[in-house]
Amino acid sequence: MTESTAKQEAYIITIREMHKWYGQFHVLKDINLSVEKGERIVICGPSGSGKSTMIRCINRLEEHQQGQIIIDGIELTSDVKHIEKIRSEVGMVFQHFNLFPHLTVLENLVLAPIWVRKVPRKEAEETGMTYLERVKIPEQALKYPGQLSGGQQQRVAIARSLCMNPKVMLFDEPTSALDPEMISEVLDVMVQLAEEGMTMLCVTHEMGFAKKVANRVIFMDAGQIVEENEPHEFFNNPQSDRTKLFLSQIIQH
Amino acid sequence: MSTSEFQSQPDRPPPNFQTGWVKWFRDNLFSSPFNTFLTIVAVYLLYLTLPWILQWAIFEADWVGTTREACETTDGQPRYGIGACWVFISVRFNQIIYGFYPPELQWRPNIIAILLIVLLTGLLLKGVKHKQWIGAFTLIGFPIIAGILIHGGLFGLEVVDTDQWGGLMLTLILSWVGIIASLPIGTALALGRRSQMPIVRTCSIVYIEFWRGVPLITVLFMASVMLPLFLPEGTEFDKLIRCFIGIVLFQSAYMAEVVRGGLQAIPKGQYEAADALGLSYWEKMNLIVLPQALKIVIPGIVNTFIALFKDTTLVYIVGLIEMLHILQIAGRDSEWIGFDTEGYVFAALLFWIFCYSMSHYSQSLEKKLHTGHKR
Repeated sequence: MTESTAKQEAYIITIREMHKWYGQFHVLKDINLSVEKGERIVICGPSGSGKSTMIRCINRLEEHQQGQIIIDGIELTSDVKHIEKIRSEVGMVFQHFNLFPHLTVLENLVLAPIWVRKVPRKEAEETGMTYLERVKIPEQALKYPGQLSGGQQQRVAIARSLCMNPKVMLFDEPTSALDPEMISEVLDVMVQLAEEGMTMLCVTHEMGFAKKVANRVIFMDAGQIVEENEPHEFFNNPQSDRTKLFLSQIIQH
Repeated sequence: MSTSEFQSQPDRPPPNFQTGWVKWFRDNLFSSPFNTFLTIVAVYLLYLTLPWILQWAIFEADWVGTTREACETTDGQPRYGIGACWVFISVRFNQIIYGFYPPELQWRPNIIAILLIVLLTGLLLKGVKHKQWIGAFTLIGFPIIAGILIHGGLFGLEVVDTDQWGGLMLTLILSWVGIIASLPIGTALALGRRSQMPIVRTCSIVYIEFWRGVPLITVLFMASVMLPLFLPEGTEFDKLIRCFIGIVLFQSAYMAEVVRGGLQAIPKGQYEAADALGLSYWEKMNLIVLPQALKIVIPGIVNTFIALFKDTTLVYIVGLIEMLHILQIAGRDSEWIGFDTEGYVFAALLFWIFCYSMSHYSQSLEKKLHTGHKR
């Protein structure tokens, strides 16, 4: 075994020279990214910079047209079996929660374990309840998502992903749709998750969160990765002018 | 201490004129000068018509007897044109319900009717367990049992040819089959029309647009008159089965468009969340998308069912004698000439009872399935 393949096995996500177009519009340009197990990466950048599109490519909610995406040794192609396998290993939390409104909180949690992992219902419900306790809302188990606050819904959404026991968690602006007073309850859960060693890729504007838990911060603009660095360096000593401008704009207010 | 503790004000009851019948009258009948005017006009119209209707249909009507004379005389004295003659209906009642089904075998449809009532009660009452099994049986097992028992031919039951079926029984059978077959076929077509696969999508579009483009009466006529011409000599297709096929093909196209409306109302995020959890296409559709989509379009689905129920009257064109047609024939009987009005009013009443029940059930279903996600 050569050194490079040994190194490759440590990576849970490898993205090589990935490009994506929407029609004629080149949204992602030459993305290269390797993520080790247990790494926490925060992706930031102005709106329209392609950061959401990039993490949505990782579980094939968006299709890339060129380059390679390899997750836990499986390459993402149009093969449906590969896609379903990867999706069951990669959890995703959305900006608008996307809970299933016709199912109770507990039913939301056990649905995928029962149908995708074939876990017996009773066992799935027990697992579901332990995750609800971890996000601190076990008393809401039998309510419908529409009866919960935004912060509670987002915590349920995180628990729903965790019930699949994922190897990687993707967060697509998880706090952007929340009222200010609810942001911290969601970030607390995410910090706790990071401390437990979960591999996380997080698109967010919460720079406090980035400073606290990230191993690496990635700055994107115009579909490209402009800069990546560990958080202290990134915030205190940004290399490119574009990053400096962005940081000055978000820190102003 | 300079800080003060925040205390919310205690709740107070609303002012008097905001509650009870006073509020109801103000809100619903006299909320503006124009509405007050409409209320007065409506009351006046009711004053003009209602007494006359009640007099005709109930107070001056004849209820007992077996012949025309019962309606034309009072205590031996002739009299004309005041009240309705419900005797006409009671004399023909058996035909209105069963058509020309042999009276000595009518216990068979009766059993089916009782079974249906039991099943529906089971579905409607609260607290009954295993509703999904009752529902599945009502949709799949029940029609098979009903078919065997009403038609006969198996287990030593005497065959009753479909020519002899008729009346309300036939109306209900036609709509029942139409309803339970058109919903799944329509749903499949709606999914097909939104499919990524070009062949499936094109086939669905062609099917839907073709069947929506022709009138039902043409479909039934084609099924009964033209179809036998294309089939090889000697192949006999039961007239009723041809009507079933015609109605189902036709109604499923309408149903497909209703369901498609519901599918389009489901946010993209629901599909993405299901995908992100690793659910397959069919799991995603059956567990996430369709339960929500069908719930949204319950009013549209029931609307289609009601239309279908009334459209079954069109089978008279191929010679099947459903309820309305029985009453038409009865009105032409020389013994009872001049009593069509009673026949049509009675048919309207029966249709209204069934349609209103369906509408009412759909509303209670909507309430029951509501999970507080509306904003």
